[in-house]
Formats: sequence, structure tokens, C-alpha cells
Amino acid sequence: MELIQQLVNGISLGSIYALIALGYTMVYGIVRLINFAHGDVFMVGSFVGFYAVTMLGVGFFPALLLAMASCAVLGMIIERIAYKPLRHAARIAVLITAIGVSLLIEYVTIYLRGAQPEAYPSTLLPDRNLELFGVVISSQSLFILGTSLVLMILLQFIVHRTKIGKAMRAVSHDAEAARLMGINVDNTISATFAIGSALAGAAGVIFGIYYTKIEPLMGILPGLKAFVAAVLGGIGIIPGAMVGGLLLGVIESLVSGLGYSLWRDGVAFVILILILIFRPAGLFGKNVREKV
Amino acid sequence: MATWKRTRGFWVSVILAFAFFAVVEWLIASGTLNVFYVNTLFFMAINVMLAASLHLIIGITGQFSIGHAGFFAVGAYASAVMTMKLQLPFAVGVLTAGVAAMLAGLIIGVPSLRLKGDYLAIATLGFGEIVRIALLNIDYVGGASGMTVTHMTTWPWVFACLFVTILVIANFTNSTHGRACISIREDEIAADAMGINTTYYKVAAFAIGSFFAGIAGALYAHHFYIIQPSNFGFLKSFDILIFVVLGGLGSLSGAVVAAVLLTIVSTFLQNYPETRMIIYSIVLILVMLYRPTGLMGTKELSSLFKWRKAAQGGMNHGGKNTVA
Repeated sequence: MELIQQLVNGISLGSIYALIALGYTMVYGIVRLINFAHGDVFMVGSFVGFYAVTMLGVGFFPALLLAMASCAVLGMIIERIAYKPLRHAARIAVLITAIGVSLLIEYVTIYLRGAQPEAYPSTLLPDRNLELFGVVISSQSLFILGTSLVLMILLQFIVHRTKIGKAMRAVSHDAEAARLMGINVDNTISATFAIGSALAGAAGVIFGIYYTKIEPLMGILPGLKAFVAAVLGGIGIIPGAMVGGLLLGVIESLVSGLGYSLWRDGVAFVILILILIFRPAGLFGKNVREKV
Repeated sequence: MATWKRTRGFWVSVILAFAFFAVVEWLIASGTLNVFYVNTLFFMAINVMLAASLHLIIGITGQFSIGHAGFFAVGAYASAVMTMKLQLPFAVGVLTAGVAAMLAGLIIGVPSLRLKGDYLAIATLGFGEIVRIALLNIDYVGGASGMTVTHMTTWPWVFACLFVTILVIANFTNSTHGRACISIREDEIAADAMGINTTYYKVAAFAIGSFFAGIAGALYAHHFYIIQPSNFGFLKSFDILIFVVLGGLGSLSGAVVAAVLLTIVSTFLQNYPETRMIIYSIVLILVMLYRPTGLMGTKELSSLFKWRKAAQGGMNHGGKNTVA
């Protein structure tokens, strides 16, 4: 029973990682960039949700939508100002810029509101415990799982059934060819950033409800772990990011369940290094030979 | 005579370095430099060592490693264990710090060689975090509360370590091996095709770079009384990275100058840490947008003094083409 309990916790946690990882994987798939600032967009989403609930007094869903909308705008601004001028620059320059943007968002937040943590109001979602064959499932984790699933299905729909999704797939396959076929590559990249950042914003609100404590530097670790999840599933592959996120969450919960909770954060990075060494294309990826 | 002409610049810098050492030693002994300035000076020297050692990995060999604080931490803790737990002399501590960090460099370097660019960056970042989390969980070194370390770092020690670091890295860069590393930076596949053992040189650069980061760690630990795992998070790695990137990816003197200047800036902004980080990050973004090779590019400071020679058409390393 203990094992199943950990599994349930792991899936809730994993769905948060999966939501963040989707943004990483979409951006990487389209511009081949590790968007280090993604974890901080997640943090901003969490704070927008928090202020929407405490100051505007709105409920869960309006807060979620507001966080998603503001993160989408933030993601687009970041892309336009920091990444677009570097579209053809060296990879290292882009990566360093991403690190710079990440530090900027973190410390501007601290500058604006201080570094002290905030506690999410616990009354936002009904908190009841369901008992199913001896396994305690809180209604909150069901809510979290449900919201994540709906968002993921929505994303799949956007990517596979809409025009912008088709453009995104085309640009990620070959940006030059897509441009020749009349696709507006810049707009498509903006849309990718917007969607990915909106998902991170949603993850931020969900994270706040799940863990109650939020602070300006909270994006770093979940951001890195979500990246690990994206790599685990094969970076650039959307179902891979979902599976990677869920897997990582479950593994982490099992590690804490075994009593090594202090090592939990280390496990993600050990998995990362092992995956990079033995299967760099990820679980779902195909190996591509580098051409000279 | 010809030898003198070629090595003149080198000996002049050595003499200048020792003159600097003597002046500072005299200033400290006479009490003109107060504790605040001595602290800043030591911190500057430690940052220069870290920047120089990371420069060898990123600037010369082109391996994008952003977990340098991990090697720094390994050095700091290894030396602290040697001197505090085993009661060995400081010299042994410093040497152990270097060797331990070098071993760590080999451990991360060998498997990561299969990775390139972003993937190597994220793997080294992960490695740095693993080191921090491991230190947090080892009770022998104090866990989260850290270790108290006696103050043993003195100016002769700092100067000697700094001098050796700069000397070794500068000479390595100008040697056959350094050129092999530069060729890997420029184009790894082409270097491989030219018969350069890319694996060997990448591991060597990692090992040497982490060795000196470890020594810097030993000096840091024995200067600041207390070391905690939280001092060695990836913000520290980013700090070191910023020195190298601002100075110029591929310029040793650039990295050194950036480390010195930014240490001064951060000393003045000590009471406003968030302002410091905002300035750092904006500078980092602006430099990358408008001058992606860093402020100095691959130029060295000394090349500014060689303009006359260059005007005559003579190259800095005339006729010393090397292929390893």
C-alpha cells in the first residue's frame, strides 16, 4: 500500500514536471535552445496566481488563466528581446544569454517584492481525502492531475490539429524549408514560446497549491528537473516530455519513500547524466548520426 | 640572444609579478592595507584562479562546462578535511585539494566527452549539483551546517598559487598541447581528422582546470573560517562563468581582468546583492547580444603592446606552426 501511495504522490508531482518539461521540449524542438529562463517563467506564473487569488480574490480557474496569459506574454517578450537577435549566433552565446535572462527574472522579482516566501491560500481547492483500498488520495492531487491532463490533451490538439501546430511542426523539422513554403517562422517561434510559457505558468499555480510555499528562487530546481524530464523522454518530443516528467516524479517519490529524501534532488541529476551517457537521444528518440 | 628576445616578455612579467608580491607583502606587514582590503585582495586572487581555470576548459578547449563550483567545492572540502580532521599541514591540504578536484574532473570529464555543447553544459551543471547535494548529506563534513576551518591562507600562499596557476595555464596554452586544444575548440571533427587525440586533450583540459579550481577551493576554505555546501551552488558556477564570458571566450588576460574588476564591483555592491545580480545579468545579456565573443574576444592584453611588431608584418608566433 505504501508503494501505491508513493506512486500516487509521484504522479501528482510528475504531472507538474511534465507541464514544465513540455515548454522546454517545444522550445528546444523549434529553436534548439535550452531556455534556462523557463523555470523562472514558472516562478512568475506561481506569483501571478498567488496575487490574483489574494489581491483580486478570484477562484482557482481565473487565477490559472491569468497566470497562463501573463506567462505567455512574458515568454514572447523574452523571445523577442533576448533570443531573436541571436537566432544565427553561436550556441554558447545563446545559452549564456538564457542564463542571463534567468538571473534577471529572479533578481528583478527579489528587487520588486523581496526574497521572503509566501504561503498559498489552502482554501483555493476543496481539500478532502478519498480513501481507495487503503490508499489516501487528496482531492487536490486529483485536481492537479486533472488540470495537467486537460492541458496536455489541449496541447496535443493544438500541435496536431490546428494550423499553428502544423506550422510549428514544419518549422521544427526544417526552418528554412518552412520559410520557403510561406510560413512566418518568427510568428511560429513566438507562438511556441507563448504556449510553452503558458503551460509553465499553469504549472506554477498548481505547484503553489501542492507545496503551499512559493519564493522567487523556486523556479531553479523544478526548472532543471523538468529539463531532465525532457531529456529523459527525448528532447523535442512532446509525448516524451510527458512520460519523462511522470517517470521523474514517480522515481523521486519512491526515493523519498525509501527514506532518502535528502538525496531526492541528486537523483534527478544522476538520471540525467546516465541518460546522457547511455541514451543521449532519450527514451523516445532515435539516434541521429552527426554529418560533417 | 634570440632566446632572450623571444622570452623577454615572459621574464619581464615574472619580475613585475614578484615586484607586485613584494610591494603587497610590505604593505600588509606595515599595516597600510587593512583587513578589508586584504580580504578583497584574497578574494580577487581566488576569483582570478577560478576564472583562469575555467578559461582553460571553456575558452581554450571549447568545452562548455558550467559546474565549476563543484570542483571548487571538492577542493575546499578536501583541504578542510586534511587540515581539520587529520591535522595535516596546510601544504598537504592544498595539494590534496588540487588532486581531489582533478580526480573529480576526470570522473566527470571521461563520460561527458560523448556530449557536446548544451548537453555537456547541462551534464556539468548536474554534476555540480550532485557534489553540493552529496556534501549536504555527508555528516563527516558537517552536512548543511558546514565545517569550521582555521585561517591559514596568507599572502605568500595566495601569491604562489596564483602565480603557478597563471604560469601553467599560459604556458600550456602556448604549447603544442594548447594548440591541440584550440583546434578542438575551433572544429572538433576537423581536429579529429587531423590526427589530434581529441578525447585525450579534452580530459587533460578538464583535469588541469579542475586541479586549479580545487587549489582555489583550498585557499577559500582556509580564508573564510567556515564552508557550507550552500556556498557552492550553481550561482557560484555562474559567477565564474560570467568572469570568463565577459573577459572574452579565449582570452586569459581578459578572464583575469574581468575577475578583478567584477570582484571590485561586487565588493562595493555587497550590501545590495540583488542589484549586483541584476547588473550582472543585464551586462551578460547585453554583451552576448552586441559582442558575443566577450569584451576581449581571443585577444590577449599583451597583444596591445605588440602593435609595432605586428605593423612590420611579423606574427606573434612566427614559424611556430604546430600540429599535435
